[in-house]
Amino acid sequence: MSLLFDIVLLSMLALTALRIIFLKDLFAVVMLFGIYSFLSALIFVNLDAVDVAFTEAAVGAGISTVLMLSTLALTGRTEEKSSHSSFLPLIVVVTTGAALIYGTLDMPPFGQADNPIHQHVAPRYIEQSPQEVGLPNMVTSVLASYRGFDTLGETVVVFAAAVGVLSLLGVRRKEREDQESGLKAHRVLRVVAKLIIPLIILFALYVQFHGDFGPGGGFQAGVITAAAFILYALVFGLPQAFKVVSPRFTEILAPLGVLIYAGVGITSVLKGGNFLDYNVLAADPVAGQHLGILVIELGVGITVFAVMLSIFYAFASQTEKANIQ
Amino acid sequence: MSFVADYYNYWVVVFLMMTGFYVVISANNLVKKIVGLNIFQTSVFMLYISMGKVTNGSAPIVAEGIEQYSNPLPHVLILTAIVVGVATTAVGLSLIVRIKRAYGTVEENEFQDKDDVI
Repeated sequence: MSLLFDIVLLSMLALTALRIIFLKDLFAVVMLFGIYSFLSALIFVNLDAVDVAFTEAAVGAGISTVLMLSTLALTGRTEEKSSHSSFLPLIVVVTTGAALIYGTLDMPPFGQADNPIHQHVAPRYIEQSPQEVGLPNMVTSVLASYRGFDTLGETVVVFAAAVGVLSLLGVRRKEREDQESGLKAHRVLRVVAKLIIPLIILFALYVQFHGDFGPGGGFQAGVITAAAFILYALVFGLPQAFKVVSPRFTEILAPLGVLIYAGVGITSVLKGGNFLDYNVLAADPVAGQHLGILVIELGVGITVFAVMLSIFYAFASQTEKANIQ
Repeated sequence: MSFVADYYNYWVVVFLMMTGFYVVISANNLVKKIVGLNIFQTSVFMLYISMGKVTNGSAPIVAEGIEQYSNPLPHVLILTAIVVGVATTAVGLSLIVRIKRAYGTVEENEFQDKDDVI
C-alpha cells in the first residue's frame, strides 16, 4: 500500500514539475510550485520523514509562495518568449539525465534494511539515543544533541540570509497612514483571520515545546509563528503589523536566538564539558540533555521566526512602495 | 516489477532534477529560474529521504511495539536544509528585485542587452 502511494504521489510530482516548464504565466507557476511543495510533504510523510514533511509544508507551501508572489508583484507576472533555442538545453539535460539514470542502477535497492546507509551511525542513533538523550523523537536528538554543532551553523546561515536580504532591500518603516494596505475591506477575511491567528500561534508553541516527543521543533515552530504574523500583515496591512511586531524588534530577535544557542555551548564549556555538550548542564546527564535541547530549540525558534518575518517585511514594504509610485 | 519498484524513487529524483536543471538553463525570466532551482533542490531532498526509508519501517519516534525505524540522519540533514533553502531563496529573490530596479526588467536577454549599451 505504501509503495502504491509512493508511486502515485511521485508521478503527480513529476507531472507538476513538467507543467511548470511550459507555463508562461508566472502566477500559475508559483501556485503550481506551492502544490509541488505540498505533494513533496505528502511523499515525505509516506517515507516516514514526518519532521521533514512538517517543515516542507510550512516553508515550501507557505513562506516560499508568499515571497515569490511579492517578488512577482514587483517584476510582472508574464514571462517573455525565450530568445534562444531550447534545443541545446534539452540535449544537455537528456544526456546528464541518462548518465544519472545509469548511475542509479548501482545504488542499493530502495527500502532494504541492510543498505550501507543504515549500517554506520544510524544504529547508534536508533538504539542509544533514547537512553543517552532521553527523548523519544530521534530526529530531535540528532538535530539538537549529536549534530548540535551542525545545527548551530545552519542557524547562523539563516541569520546571515536575513542580513543579506535586509542589506539588499531594507525595510521602509514610515508608512503613510492614509495609504491603502492589506485587505481590511473584506469582513470575512478579517473575522476569520482574527479567529485563526491565535490558534496558529498556540499550535506553533505546541510544536516548539512538544518537538522533543513528537514531530516538530524550533525550525517548524519558528516558521509557523512567522506565518501567523504574515497572515496578520496581509489582512490588516503592513503599518498595523509594524505596530504589533516592529521591524526593529525582529532585527533584535534574529541575532538573539543565535546568541542563546551559542550561549548554551559556552556555558557547557565553562562547566567543564565540550562545546554544546549538554551532559554537564545539570547534575544528571539526561536532565542536562533535556535542558540543553529545550534552550537551543528555543534559540532556533526565535531566530527562524525573526528571520522569516523580517524577510517578509523587506519584500512587502518594497511592494507597497511600488504601489505608491 | 520489483526492479521498477526498487529504483522508481531514484528515477523520479533524476527526472525532477533534470526538470529543474532545464528550467534554470532555458528560462529567460529570473523568477522562473529560482523556481527551477527550488525544484532541483527538492529533488535532492527526495533522494536523501528515499535513501533513509526502510520498508515496513516507522517514523523515527520511539513507540512501543515498533522494531524497525527508518534512518533519522537524512531527516535531520534535510529538515535544516529546507529552512536554509528558503532563506537563500529569499536572498535570490531580493537580488531579482534589485535587478528589476536597476534595469527595469527581469528577462535575462533584455538586461544583458542593456549592459552592452552601457
